[in-house]
Amino acid sequence: MAEPVGFFTDTSVCIGCKACEVACKEWNQLPGDAPQFRGSFDNTGKLDAQNFRHVKFIDLVPEASTVSGNGAAWLMMSDICKHCTNASCMEVCPTNAIVKTEYNTVYIQPDVCNGCRDCMSACPYGAIGFNEQTGVVAKCTMCYDRLQANMTPACAKACPTQSIQFGTLSDLHAKADARLATLKAQGYDKANLYGRDDSVYGGLGAFFLLMERPEVYSLPNARNAKLPSRNNFGGYLNGFVIAAIGALAAVVSFRKRGIAENGEGSAR
Amino acid sequence: MTNHWRDIKNADVILINGANPAEAHPVGFQWFMRAKLDPARGPGNGGGAKIIHADPRFSRTSAVADQYVRIRTGTDVAYFGGLINYVLQNNKQHADYVAHYTNASFIVKDGYAFKDGLFNSYDPKARKYDLTAWNYETDADGFAHRDMSLKHPRCVFQLMKAHYARYTPEMVQTITGIPKDDFLKIAQIVGEMGRPDKVMTIVYAVGLTQHTTGGQLIRSGAILQLLLGNMGRPGGGLNAERGHANIQGNTDHAISWEILPGYLKIPQPGQTGLDDYVKKSAAKKLDPNSWNFFGTNYKKFIVSLLKAWYGETATKENDFAFGYIPKPAGNSSWMSIYDQALQGKMQGVILSGMTATSIGPDSNQVLAALSKLKWLVVMDAFPTTSSEFWRGPGMTASSVQTEVFMLPTTHWIEKEGSFVNSGRWMQWKDQVIPPEGDSRHDHWILADLFARVKALYQKNPGKFPDPIMHLRMDYKDPIKPTFDELAREINGKYVATGKQVATFAKLADDGSTTAGDWIYTGSYTDKGNLSKRRNGVQDPAKNDPTGMGFYPNWAWSWPLNRRVLYNRASAELAGNPWDPKRPGIKWNGSKWVGDVPDYPPKMSPDDPKAWLPFIMNGEGTGRLFSNGMVDGPLPEHYEPMESPVTNALHASTSTSPVAFLYDKAAGRDNRFGTPSDFPIIATTYRLTEHEHYLTQQIPHLVQLQPEPFVEMPPGLAQEKGIKNGDIVNVRSKRGLMQIRALVTNRVGQLDLGGTKVWQVGIPIHFGFVGVAADMHPERSMNWLANALTPFVGDANSRTPEFKAFLVNIEKA
Repeated sequence: MAEPVGFFTDTSVCIGCKACEVACKEWNQLPGDAPQFRGSFDNTGKLDAQNFRHVKFIDLVPEASTVSGNGAAWLMMSDICKHCTNASCMEVCPTNAIVKTEYNTVYIQPDVCNGCRDCMSACPYGAIGFNEQTGVVAKCTMCYDRLQANMTPACAKACPTQSIQFGTLSDLHAKADARLATLKAQGYDKANLYGRDDSVYGGLGAFFLLMERPEVYSLPNARNAKLPSRNNFGGYLNGFVIAAIGALAAVVSFRKRGIAENGEGSAR
Repeated sequence: MTNHWRDIKNADVILINGANPAEAHPVGFQWFMRAKLDPARGPGNGGGAKIIHADPRFSRTSAVADQYVRIRTGTDVAYFGGLINYVLQNNKQHADYVAHYTNASFIVKDGYAFKDGLFNSYDPKARKYDLTAWNYETDADGFAHRDMSLKHPRCVFQLMKAHYARYTPEMVQTITGIPKDDFLKIAQIVGEMGRPDKVMTIVYAVGLTQHTTGGQLIRSGAILQLLLGNMGRPGGGLNAERGHANIQGNTDHAISWEILPGYLKIPQPGQTGLDDYVKKSAAKKLDPNSWNFFGTNYKKFIVSLLKAWYGETATKENDFAFGYIPKPAGNSSWMSIYDQALQGKMQGVILSGMTATSIGPDSNQVLAALSKLKWLVVMDAFPTTSSEFWRGPGMTASSVQTEVFMLPTTHWIEKEGSFVNSGRWMQWKDQVIPPEGDSRHDHWILADLFARVKALYQKNPGKFPDPIMHLRMDYKDPIKPTFDELAREINGKYVATGKQVATFAKLADDGSTTAGDWIYTGSYTDKGNLSKRRNGVQDPAKNDPTGMGFYPNWAWSWPLNRRVLYNRASAELAGNPWDPKRPGIKWNGSKWVGDVPDYPPKMSPDDPKAWLPFIMNGEGTGRLFSNGMVDGPLPEHYEPMESPVTNALHASTSTSPVAFLYDKAAGRDNRFGTPSDFPIIATTYRLTEHEHYLTQQIPHLVQLQPEPFVEMPPGLAQEKGIKNGDIVNVRSKRGLMQIRALVTNRVGQLDLGGTKVWQVGIPIHFGFVGVAADMHPERSMNWLANALTPFVGDANSRTPEFKAFLVNIEKA
């Protein structure tokens, strides 16, 4: 087992150039979706089977003519599969197609996937998409093939400002802590690390430095980051109650039929 | 760039004007971020360099800048003027530097005046100044009078102090729209950069260049840097970001009409011979301690160039074939070519590496010009809006007489050669994939064409065949010169031995040396092609001995592998660096060490004859005041040709009094709009997702930005009943764009002394050719951004005023 690796994406220095998106598509041979204007600088729209990286643009620029940017007014965030420690997709996959690799990343084995798409609805980040051509789902592999060749994943390699950093998680955690401390010292009180600790899905293999609360980026916060299995107890209980009610109803109905039959019989 | 990309990491403050490096130069932008993330940099006690971005739009650069200010496009002279005034009024200038390293002490000759927006010597009929009116007062030897106390009423320092006194923070607010308080916050940070232990870099791009006052916008930045003592220092300088991987190489090798390779002037009609040309072109020595290196050696450089071109035909007896060089009778800049075509005076045009239809201002007028040609040759790797112009907007293919030849050329990825980046680094690159189909290199097409023209002259010599017949094409295969052969030729050699010349200091005016471009002499010596060197970050301790990021054995930088120009000015008079932590060069007692010195390597600072620091001009100092610009010796704010307001400084001279007005001169109808018809200020720009027009052929990039749009503020959108994503008609006096509305606070309203004006922005990359155009064949006819821009340019360079014009916007 190799040491766990991952991405630290520092949104405070992201310049929204989308080199990560293009490098990812080039390496993973993804043709991409048909061009479509979507009303902002974000014309990719979402993570899916064609887009394993997606730069989100969140325009909070005030009307005033002067403003300090510093990554806090026009938010740019290169989104990606979070490679969760406790991954929802893995939990729901009926064929065990989704596995943890030797790098502690979450990987979908295309030859084991049966295309049921349960993982797509389970993923709280919408990171998985269905590929109509192959008939199976796909998402970021953290360039599993490159990792095996000791190469940096394509997106991190292409990032010009070191917004996307790749490395061992322990190194990245240290770098992230230092960067957060600097920003706090500069007065960016809202800056926070997302997925650095285990408060969301047991910690994220791809974690972030955000300049706003997670909700602003449409990310579940620690309070509502829940695994599909959270429903298990209630689900089982529900099933049990329904089964009990069913059994009871059956008993009652049989009993009633008996009564009726008897009644009828007695009437006869 | 006076400095280079990596050097930006050395700055305490990064002042960005007329540029959007995060989008246009994302890879180079890493150095901005390194400075920002380096706690040792920054004003005050450090904590990271401060990035200050003044721009009409809040761009992706602004998004990571420490301070963004919304400035009205084309008013940076007033912004810089305000900063200069703040520095002067508060004595924030680097006093020693200003006294000894600038021309502040030079005395201008009597008669200098500036009134109502006009300098002395203006001829309103010719719309021209007599530049000699701005000469210095000189002694019998031709040396300028100086007053080292800077108190003489006609010394440059006093003249500029008076000139800039009008640029008060209030005036800056009225002209630029930047609130006074925000401006003063910036001024305070900038003012601190006059301290020797602090340094600021100014970064600009075509947002300064592409205005009728473009040259003066840039000079304003240079003046500020000279006052603060930041020129010549690591982390300082005035740094132009170039718009192509090799546009710096293009410029150095004379892509523009008014120069020969190496910034030698193009000969003028009436110049009787080589000596007359040199006398009229080379700078004169204006101070006994001025080396005047360029002026003094001008003849060596032009003779070596002529020897490279004409070989043994160029002899002392025939003035080294000086008579073979064309002497243009008139301006031949970009717009002049299409102006001539419009007037029916051009037979044909050959386009190489650019598409006229997209890149020129007033594209409807350019399309009309192309349709008046007999023939048009387009050399390109892909179909372009020029090779396809006959089916462009407003064209009826059947009535276009122009015969169009499309010659497929190789793309840069299909050939080796060199790129010269913004920082003047000549870096060799390899061929990545072989050429496709029948495509050829552009220079092979030209060489073949030349061979065929020569054959025609051989058959029928005509009046003056010599310049054609004697031009040296001394390559193994004259119609297929290799890039290696060209690189050797550009460097130059000794005629007698054939050995490569190691430095331009060895070039001679007796015909014994050649140099295809003297500033590149030293790039390809007997040690080989130095642009191939790659000793970089694999071993910083060894490859960057000073730690300042010079990496002297990485590629090669002109001139002479010098990484920071004017670096003598990085050290004080005695030879110690102004800032010991950021040395450029220093005197170690016997020689200058550090970067390659911009100075004689062994000239002691104690030598009474020690040259002044700026060795390339006649003064020997940086020019705060210059008689080299056709529109004034000091920058002055003039309104863009199309502006919603009159000039707040002088209403009677609102726009540039010397900008050349093509349509008027040619008797064509006026094509400038008025604010009553077109009340909205517009500017054009690039997006990081595209590179000019070429990437319209790349599906992955078209997906990222699939359609043109106009960024407009919510208030304006509301006024016009426009919603985000609506298709709108953007009109100027000249043309129409039919594009999407992108409603955002990133653009906004300006308060110009009570007049409130909207400002919008439009990206340049789209047209009627390419992946996106094929998806929208009808709408894409109105996707050329330059359909809106005016056919007028900078008074000096005639670079078009792409960046400031008036439009109106309505829902389509």
